[in-house]
This record gives sequence, C-alpha cells and structure tokens, in this order.
Amino acid sequence: MNVAVLIKQVPETTDVKINRETNTLMREGVASIINPFDMYAIEEALRIREQHGGKVTIITMGPPQAEEALRQALALGADEAVLLSDRAFAGADTLATSYTLAKAIEKLGGFDLVICGKQAMDGDTAQVGPEVAENLDIPHVTYVRKIEELSPGYVRVQRMTEEGYEVIESPLPALITVVKEINEPRMPSIKGMLKAKKAAITMWTAADLAVDEDQVGLAGSPTRVIRIFTPEQRGKGEIIQGETVQEKVRTLVAKLKETHLV
Amino acid sequence: MNYFLTEEQEMIRDLAKKIAVEKVAPRAAEFDEAEEFPWDLMKVLAEAGLFAVWVPEEYGGLGGGVFEQCLVVEELSRACGAVAVSYAASALGGFPILLFGTEEQKQKYMPDIASGARLAAFALTEPGAGSDASNIRTTARRDGDYYILNGTKQWITNGGEAEVYTVIATVDPSRGPRGMTAFIVEKGTPGFEFGKKEKKMGIRASATRELIFQDCRVPAENILDREGKGFIVAMRTFDRTRPGVAAQAVGIAQGALDRAAKYATERVQFGKRIAEFQAIEHMLADMATQVEAARALVYSTARMIDAGERDFAKEASMAKVFASDVAMRVTTDAVQIFGGYGYMRDYPVEKMMRDAKITQIYEGTNQIQRSIIGGAVIKEAMRRK
Repeated sequence: MNVAVLIKQVPETTDVKINRETNTLMREGVASIINPFDMYAIEEALRIREQHGGKVTIITMGPPQAEEALRQALALGADEAVLLSDRAFAGADTLATSYTLAKAIEKLGGFDLVICGKQAMDGDTAQVGPEVAENLDIPHVTYVRKIEELSPGYVRVQRMTEEGYEVIESPLPALITVVKEINEPRMPSIKGMLKAKKAAITMWTAADLAVDEDQVGLAGSPTRVIRIFTPEQRGKGEIIQGETVQEKVRTLVAKLKETHLV
Repeated sequence: MNYFLTEEQEMIRDLAKKIAVEKVAPRAAEFDEAEEFPWDLMKVLAEAGLFAVWVPEEYGGLGGGVFEQCLVVEELSRACGAVAVSYAASALGGFPILLFGTEEQKQKYMPDIASGARLAAFALTEPGAGSDASNIRTTARRDGDYYILNGTKQWITNGGEAEVYTVIATVDPSRGPRGMTAFIVEKGTPGFEFGKKEKKMGIRASATRELIFQDCRVPAENILDREGKGFIVAMRTFDRTRPGVAAQAVGIAQGALDRAAKYATERVQFGKRIAEFQAIEHMLADMATQVEAARALVYSTARMIDAGERDFAKEASMAKVFASDVAMRVTTDAVQIFGGYGYMRDYPVEKMMRDAKITQIYEGTNQIQRSIIGGAVIKEAMRRK
C-alpha cells in the first residue's frame, strides 16, 4: 500500500498576523512547524504502512526552508520526501497549489492513497485536498475520523459530520483528508532524527514537473483577497421560558413578529 | 547559560523536552494523585529511544554517556520528578551490568534495557542497611551452579515494574563489605516475590516496593564480577548515577522557578504585579542563580565522567549534595511566592516541593555525600603534606 502525504509548513501560532497592505500572512519572527492537522495524516500513513507494508512519501510545496518540515516527517519514519520549490510557484492560491501538487503525485505515480490534514492552520481553507483529488480525477472523502477497512483497491471510512458520522466506501486510488480524532501522532525517535538529518530529499522545480506555467504560482491563482477578518461569533440561542406550551408558543410568535421574521 | 552542547545532545534534550511538555506535564498531577506507575509514558520514552542515550552502540544504544542521561532526566524532572526517577532508575539497574558484566551478560541484558523493552532496577537498601550499606542481611549461599538468595530488600525504585534487577547480597555477613556480591535476578525467578508498595510523600507515581527472596535460585553465571565485589559494584555505580539524581534536582528546581517567575508576573496585590516588589524579585534572582550554579556543577561532573577520568566520586557527591539542597530551597521558595495558592494541590509547586525532598535522601543521604566529599578533601590534604 503506497501512501502519499501532503503537508504544509505553517507558522507556529494560532494567532496569525496579517499584513494589512498585501493581505498576506506575516511570517517574520515566527517559528515554523508542520501544520498540526498534517501530523495526523502522517501518523495514519505510517500506521497503514505498519499494517499493510508499502511506502510513505511526504510531499510539500514551499520555500527552500520547508525542507525542515520534511526532515521532521522523515524523523517520524516516512520513507521519502519531495520538496516542490521554485520562484514560479510563489504566490499560489489553493487552485495553483493543488495543480502543482497533483503534477508531483502524477510524476511519482503508483499511489493507492493520498492523505491530507483537514485544513491548514494558517489559511484554514480546507480546499487543497479536494482540489488535488479533482486534478488527479480520483475520488475523495473529507474529514475522515477512522479508516474502517483498507484492502487492495478498496477503502471504507467514517466521515465526521456535525451530527455524527457517515460511512463511505471508495475504490482506490483515492484521497482522504483527516481530522484529529483519527489517531494520536507519535513522537519522533532519536534514531529517526539522526537518520532524517542525513536523508536525501528530492527537490523539484517547475521545469522538473513540466507544469503549464500559467497554472502555477501567482499566474495560476485567480483568488484575490479583498479583506481578512475573524468572523463574528454566532450569537447564543435563546431558550424561551414559560409555564405551558401555549404560553411558550405565544412568546415565540411575538418574538418572531418583533424581529420581522414572520 | 550556553553549555555548548553538540548537535546530537541538543537533539536529545529537545526531544526529552518536547515529551515532557506535551506528554508528561499535562498529566503530572493526575499521576501524583493516583500513585499509579506511568507505564504509557515509559512506552513513549522507549519509542523515542531515550532509554538508549547512555548505552554504547554495540549494545543497541546511542553511544552517549552520563551527560546525555542527565539531559533527559533534567527535562523530564521539570515536568514530573516521578516520571524522571522511573526513567533514571532503569539506568541505575543497568549501569552495574554495563560496568561489571561479562560480554555475554551485556549482550543478554543491555539491548533490552537500551530499547526500553525491559526496565531495570537496583536493590541494595534493607530495613537495617540504609546509609550503613554493608550491614545487609540478604544472603547468597552457593549450591552447585546456583546461588540461593534469602532476605528482603526495601524501598526499591521500579520494584515490581522492572524485569531485570541488580541485587546486592552477602555470601558471608561476618566479612562486612568484603562479603557483598552483586547478582542479576530476573523478575519471575521462583522464590523472588514483591512485598508492599510504599505510600510516599513525593514522587508518588514512581513504584517503590519490597523485594522478597525465599530460597530463590539464581544461576551462578548471573554473578556480576565475582564474590566479594558487591560493595565496589554498588559504589562505582553510584558514582555514575549520582549526577543523574543531581540532574533530577536541577530539573525539579528549574520547573519550580519557571512557574514561580510566571506567577509573579501575573499575580496582582496592592495594585501591582508581585514581581515588581523587590522582596519577590530578589527571591527569584537567588533561585535562578542557585539553579544555574547547580546545573553547571552537574554538567561539569557528567562531562568529566564521560571523558574517562578515573576518580570522580568526590565530584559526583558534590553535584548530588549541592543540586538537591538547591532543589529543596528553590521549591520551598516557589511555594512561598505562590503564597496560599502554592500550598494547594490545584497548583503544581507543592508537588515539586514534595518531589524535591527525596533528592536529599536517596542514592546516599546528603550526610553520606558530605562524608565522601570530606573524606576526599582530607585525603588530598594529607597527601600534600
């Protein structure tokens, strides 16, 4: 069972600062880590390899320093790591990013399963995973909280929803995005870290991937950020009090009229 | 302070710290309350490879030494002294095998101790033999290819949880230290049972038990070195493990200092953060200075041992006595800075004060350490005459 894991290096903070002029993330002075949700994706891939054999390949797109994130993943036990790095990739939105990642997956070939974290902690879009699947023309399932069964050409998973979960079957190859309920990521080992320090990492540029240059980086990114803000919290619900059902209904109808909802 | 660690030492320290912060600290109070051995954390430490840091590579280790062991113990102790001692006690049980074992014994036991697959423990103390270690009453009588052990060991850290025990018994009580002999005894050997688990003031999650030997037949090949060498085995082992206890003390003290300093910048009285009062500020200054001095002494001693110096008993005792006295003072002051909150179990510093106390007692009381140091100083003075 060959598994590819797509990861992103993100700033180590939940309180990201935004440059008000360019509307992009400010990364100066903030340490970088593997996107926490991607840690669950890596862990799940390692568990699949432990059960079914095969290989775990980690792929990321980013600046040269994203190599550090790949070495962390190798220290956990991943077999291979690929860094997609090129000035032409800079400024990519989710569309351009997913196109580029999909090109790398196609070039590597032979994967049964692609796993992503449910979303990145900085951008919070949750779009790259599904978009990669569309680019590859394979099925995808988001918010997976458990892999119930995995066998050649077949996977059955539990997809988390607000009310509970759905059980979804899919042929392979497929892509899944995972939530933190799926596992508890392992710690690296000293031996793994020493090995990762010396491991070779594959570096690919736009030329290596033979991408259409209009579809990568800023050129391939139709997204224009107008404004970034934290949405206001939803107001609390109100429980209508009353002695009898009739009284409660009267109060409710009055309130609905008051707010011109009826 | 920059101690100029190698890249590998930094890696070991950072990983120990990550585990301490993410896995140990959030559950330290829970383990303390339940007095339950933290097996799942021992597994995490094993998988991370931290039991291997002091073991040579030919026995499945990472090839570090006492210093690397101290770095791990210190980081774990910042989060929980009980988890740290459970980790460190395995080295205390394993060092005698590494130092005095035959090649076969080392090949048989060290790889499992290095991987953490088996915990080790060291058994010397008895009801009547604490500081007076040579007064032990556990006997070993030769019978063909076996020794027959009879007696009771007391307060054995990792007792009941460990698989491999280094046990000191005597082949002839009348010979005092010269009758003492070290054996490797495996859990499950017929005639080897565990007695009551102690209820302790601190390091409560660690296991402290009696070991009971009743006509326990131990193969003669399990002897470490030879008959009559047990006292030397014990003392040489302690010389190497006392810096570990000292590192535990430094870690506990640092943990208490971290929390007291943070609290002092948050707690407001008389309209000011209490850190702005010189009374508190100076306490923090003294605490920080003492912790750094203790750390410097521990690191220097550990490096001296790893560099292959022959005689370091005095320095090992100095590190242990100084760091543990610092830990007691610093944790007491941390409780003082927290005031009434510090005395409550809802806050972490009272546990640190309880955990600190044992570092002044075990692996040789601080009074015994001072006797070792004083003896060495006097010997040096006599030599200079």
